[in-house]
Amino acid sequence: MSVVAAPRPVGVDLQENEETRAIVEAIEADNDDLTVRHMPGIVRLTKEGQLVINQESVEGRLGRPWETHEFQLAMISYFGEFVEWDDDRIVIAWKH
Amino acid sequence: MTVPTQKPARKLTMQQRYAALTHDLDWDPTYVAEEEIYPFTTFEGIKVHDWSKWEDPFRLTVEAYNKYQAEKDRRLYAVLDGFAQSQGQLSLTEGRYMNAMKIFLQGIPSGEYQAHRNFSHLARYFNGPGARFASLCQSMDELRHAQTEIHTLSHYNKYFGGMHDWNKMSDRVWYLSVPKSFFDDAGTAGPFEWLIAIGFSFEYLLTNLLFVPFMSGAAFNGDLPTMTFGFSAQSDESRHMTLGLEGIKFMLEQDEDNLPIVQAWLDKWFWRGYRLIALVAGMMDYMLPKRVMSWKEAFELYFEEQMLNGLFKDLEYYGIKPPRHVQWAIDEKEILSHQVYWVLYQFSHAAAFTTTIPNEEDQAWLESAYPETWPVFKSVVWDKAQRVVDSGGRYFNPGLPQLCQICQIPMGFTEPGNPLVQCQRHSIYEGERYDFCSDGCQWIFDREPEKYVQAWLPVHQIYQGNCGGPTLPDVAVWYGLEPGDAGEYIGSMDHQDWLKWHASSIKEG
Repeated sequence: MSVVAAPRPVGVDLQENEETRAIVEAIEADNDDLTVRHMPGIVRLTKEGQLVINQESVEGRLGRPWETHEFQLAMISYFGEFVEWDDDRIVIAWKH
Repeated sequence: MTVPTQKPARKLTMQQRYAALTHDLDWDPTYVAEEEIYPFTTFEGIKVHDWSKWEDPFRLTVEAYNKYQAEKDRRLYAVLDGFAQSQGQLSLTEGRYMNAMKIFLQGIPSGEYQAHRNFSHLARYFNGPGARFASLCQSMDELRHAQTEIHTLSHYNKYFGGMHDWNKMSDRVWYLSVPKSFFDDAGTAGPFEWLIAIGFSFEYLLTNLLFVPFMSGAAFNGDLPTMTFGFSAQSDESRHMTLGLEGIKFMLEQDEDNLPIVQAWLDKWFWRGYRLIALVAGMMDYMLPKRVMSWKEAFELYFEEQMLNGLFKDLEYYGIKPPRHVQWAIDEKEILSHQVYWVLYQFSHAAAFTTTIPNEEDQAWLESAYPETWPVFKSVVWDKAQRVVDSGGRYFNPGLPQLCQICQIPMGFTEPGNPLVQCQRHSIYEGERYDFCSDGCQWIFDREPEKYVQAWLPVHQIYQGNCGGPTLPDVAVWYGLEPGDAGEYIGSMDHQDWLKWHASSIKEG
């Protein structure tokens, strides 16, 4: 008998500023059922299961090349694990 | 002239670049034994079979690290300049807000510097290149944090008391022995314990509670530099969290014998870190004129939801259980900030910050955030303090408090489930009695009494004659306190200055 763990929320806290807005929009477009919470200076994005940041979506909204490393400039904190951080996308999820 | 017909080499992927520029630069020693090069990674009992299994998900290289850190600093220093030029200190919500930043400056940069030193030790002495490189990045980050904190707050030092001798104070003043002894404790442990202590328990489990709500609070109180510094630092923190998480998982995956060692460290360092950030609880709920969220709410969001319901479910896979005294922390969330601030209030005549009774607006907020516990504390504590003020006085505790042997916080915490009965535990070791604020601190002592009997307890040191002299004014001089640093906020030099600056701006406007 296999037991499937209920998906648990993962999330990321980003700085709320002009450049991050494009990233937030990209994440909103690429992740269904995303919860967005605004606090002074911070926007907090949480989602059950996994959260994906796609380079292409961000670039499309920023209108310039964007390396996934640049996500570090926007990020204040996260919970979950970076199960993938590549040139084309970043994935946050729990491994177990 | 001929044009080269060769195609340019295909660009390496992030994964290939990381592998080529970190792991591939390592080599196996041939004429020196590995234990001679890395002598500190066996005595703690942690077994490692394959260091190459250590992965850094950020896949940073020196080039990428420098590029993004330089950009973070450029952004921060642009903000600091603009704030100074525009006389930003005038647009803080209130002058008393700065008391929270005084505690921050006195307590945190020296801790960052200690972290810098210890991570540079790991960067040299871990056997694996992945672990060494991640530690090197964190070491440089921590130095950057110490420097940027000092630079950020230096502007306020021109206008407010309590910030002039933060470095001396962090070595000497009673409440600052709380963070100092915490880092001393971690730094005198072995490299793996340090990684669980700071990398995992502090960075991953708890620093969100220090930086995120607090820096959002700075944003809400007009403190642009602190907000910008805090978020800049916290963006490094995400990497530090990852190092801590990679570290604990690496140890657990390498050998199942590591599990009990790691669990015991986790139990210890959760409680040590949690007691340390109790100071943050008092600052958040009582020292910010405008609040984003209460300590209780932050604890629920950043600890209970993210860690207990997220992370620890993940670590269950390896056999890790939630920290031993976590229930005590959960039970305290309703009362922690009240108790900490009351300690700060009654001893602020011997501190480099000022305090005051929560005003009407503060009280309304406290009532809404803590509907069950605030009314009790108000009637037991603050109504009495107010009566003293109404009759022309100000309550300061004339004695010196007993300190917990482990966390070094004055014994002001209470029994679980009974916020009106002070909690006191003690253990006897080699014929001497040692006292503790909680089961958590007592448990830590009982595991390693030979370490903690050496604690430098500020109150004991005063009584032993090591702090400048026998009277409070002697000790205050030795602490580096100057007129206007300590005591009650209302009527203080900071308060008078604040009123003066704003009165003149009204006149001139």
